[in-house]
Amino acid sequence: MRKLYYILQKEFRQLKRDKMIVVIMLAVPILQLLILPWAADMDVRHVKIAVVDNDQSSYARQLISKITSSGNFELASHTFSYQQATQDIEEDNADIILTIPPHFERNLIRENKQQVSITANAINGIKAGLGTAYLNSIIRDFNMQIRVEWLPEAVLDKNLPIQTTSSALFNPHANYRFYMVPAILVLLLTVVGAFLTSLNIVKEKEIGTIEQINVTPIKKWEFILGKLIPFWIISLFVFSLGLLITRFVYGIPIVGNIGTLYLFTNLYIIGILGFGLLISNFSQTQQQSMFISFFFVMIFILMSGLFTSTASMPAWAKVISNGVPITHYMKAVRALVLKGSSFMDLWQLAVYLVIFALVLNMLAILSYKKTS
Amino acid sequence: MNTIEVKDINKSYEKGKVTALKNVSFNVGKGELFGLIGPDGAGKTTIFRLLTTLLIPDSGEAKVLGYDIVKDYKQIRNLVGYMPGKFSLYADLTIEENLNFFATLFGTTIEENYHLIKDIYEQIAPFKKRRAGKLSGGMKQKLALCCALIHKPEVLFLDEPTTGIDPVSRVELWDMLQKLKTEGITILASTPYMDEAVRCDRVALIQEGEILNIDTPDNITGQFNKKLYAIKAGNMYALLKALKQYPETDNSYAFGEYAHVIVNGDVENLKSFLEKQGISGIEVRNTLPTIEDTFIAESYKP
Repeated sequence: MRKLYYILQKEFRQLKRDKMIVVIMLAVPILQLLILPWAADMDVRHVKIAVVDNDQSSYARQLISKITSSGNFELASHTFSYQQATQDIEEDNADIILTIPPHFERNLIRENKQQVSITANAINGIKAGLGTAYLNSIIRDFNMQIRVEWLPEAVLDKNLPIQTTSSALFNPHANYRFYMVPAILVLLLTVVGAFLTSLNIVKEKEIGTIEQINVTPIKKWEFILGKLIPFWIISLFVFSLGLLITRFVYGIPIVGNIGTLYLFTNLYIIGILGFGLLISNFSQTQQQSMFISFFFVMIFILMSGLFTSTASMPAWAKVISNGVPITHYMKAVRALVLKGSSFMDLWQLAVYLVIFALVLNMLAILSYKKTS
Repeated sequence: MNTIEVKDINKSYEKGKVTALKNVSFNVGKGELFGLIGPDGAGKTTIFRLLTTLLIPDSGEAKVLGYDIVKDYKQIRNLVGYMPGKFSLYADLTIEENLNFFATLFGTTIEENYHLIKDIYEQIAPFKKRRAGKLSGGMKQKLALCCALIHKPEVLFLDEPTTGIDPVSRVELWDMLQKLKTEGITILASTPYMDEAVRCDRVALIQEGEILNIDTPDNITGQFNKKLYAIKAGNMYALLKALKQYPETDNSYAFGEYAHVIVNGDVENLKSFLEKQGISGIEVRNTLPTIEDTFIAESYKP
């Protein structure tokens, strides 16, 4: 135990002297947490719309003003020619085209029906999909408005369509940042916990100091714990700082129990530190370790449900998604921060995290060799 | 009992493709200063890494202080000091912190064994607050030696302790090793410099993973049973070329400002041959073989 104390003393001394690593560990996550949630916003706003108005009637104008006043659309151009509008799309000046046919107003009143056409640029699938959906709902709304104006009340009552009202639970304003901030916090914790740990251990290999350590009577577990404990502490520190930012910068109320949140965080850190150790066992240089880490960060980001819902993944991808620890931890953090779930609601996620911690650390210890 | 016993050790790398050691055997007695002499890539470092339990041999066995290097690696690690050829202390810790760290790892303190490192440490003590990475090559080696000694090891392994340091520091370092010997510490040191071999009690000449010869430096040079001449001329390049052409030359090579040559028959014949080749200012004298001459003779395959 005394030896472990001396090793820890040495590790902290080295960490303190490496100014760059202190900056990377503390400043970078905080900056990312302050910047990323604003960029990683999946709400679609400012869809540029080109309107081909072949009618020029009062109804057509009403429809256009309804669209532009909704807040989701920006009027990019207002022309008479569909060709002109497609050119706007080609030049990326517009994302979506709404074509209003000639005699739009007349047909609507006389024949009681009319069609409009929507054309969307699907290079950005999300923008095209959501833009079309927004536009559809605006047109539906407009339709209702006209019906109210023209149909006798009795008929209107009879044909009253289903009215929908929606409310967003746990995130009343359906603010995308409420969803993203906890997830980004989780990702940052992963980077600090796993990748900086592995870099640190590999550094000893690369500069050869591990050679000198290996001929001393220091035991495996002492050396490993000496490496993991400092990063455990730093990870917890980064996490706490991130929580403060979540609460006071983004104003996200942390509804759940803080103790439970830290319990999950600790379980996750243990697992992820084991993962870092595992990476370090398979790399000889810091460069190799960086590349392995980079590869896994990609998998973690895309498979964990950070941006996209895991529910819509194909079955095989769901298996992979369940196989990365970050998925379960992210679920737990979101549930705890936003929903205020109790431990009993989340015990299954805790079991996952315990299994990951055990398996990753076991693999790490098995693959760590003091002699080759 | 010998302090170090190595018997028929074989070691290869990259799944047998590169042979590092071939049937290496040698013994080192207690309190002996034993030198491994050989060029780069001869397998010296592999021997050190095996004996310090960092590698496992393919076959053969070795014992350090009676402990098997594979089975009893834990005991060995408590009793030996190792100074790797490459500087492997913490560059971001100071001299004092490095020394303290390695002392505490062995459960001892600097004060307890200060007498062992005193002579060396005093030379670097003025810089003890300086980080190890900022030290000169010689100071690094001295610090590394201190760190390897601080737990009073019974056996000291020094892998090329003088490589990369200035000639004065080299002499000092060997003086220190002689002194440590008197403390009863067994020392195994390697060097690519033949002139340092004479400072050892016994040396093993090693090349391409094989031991060519093991003996005291005097005996090794004594075994040199051919006549050796040192020849100098105005044009050294022409001289070396002519020596190679002379049919009775056994072996010839540049040696400092002279060319060393082993020749059959009368040396006067060689002299007249050289003169006929148009080489002027020829100076021929008898010379005593050094370890380097022996090494070249042993490893020379015509």
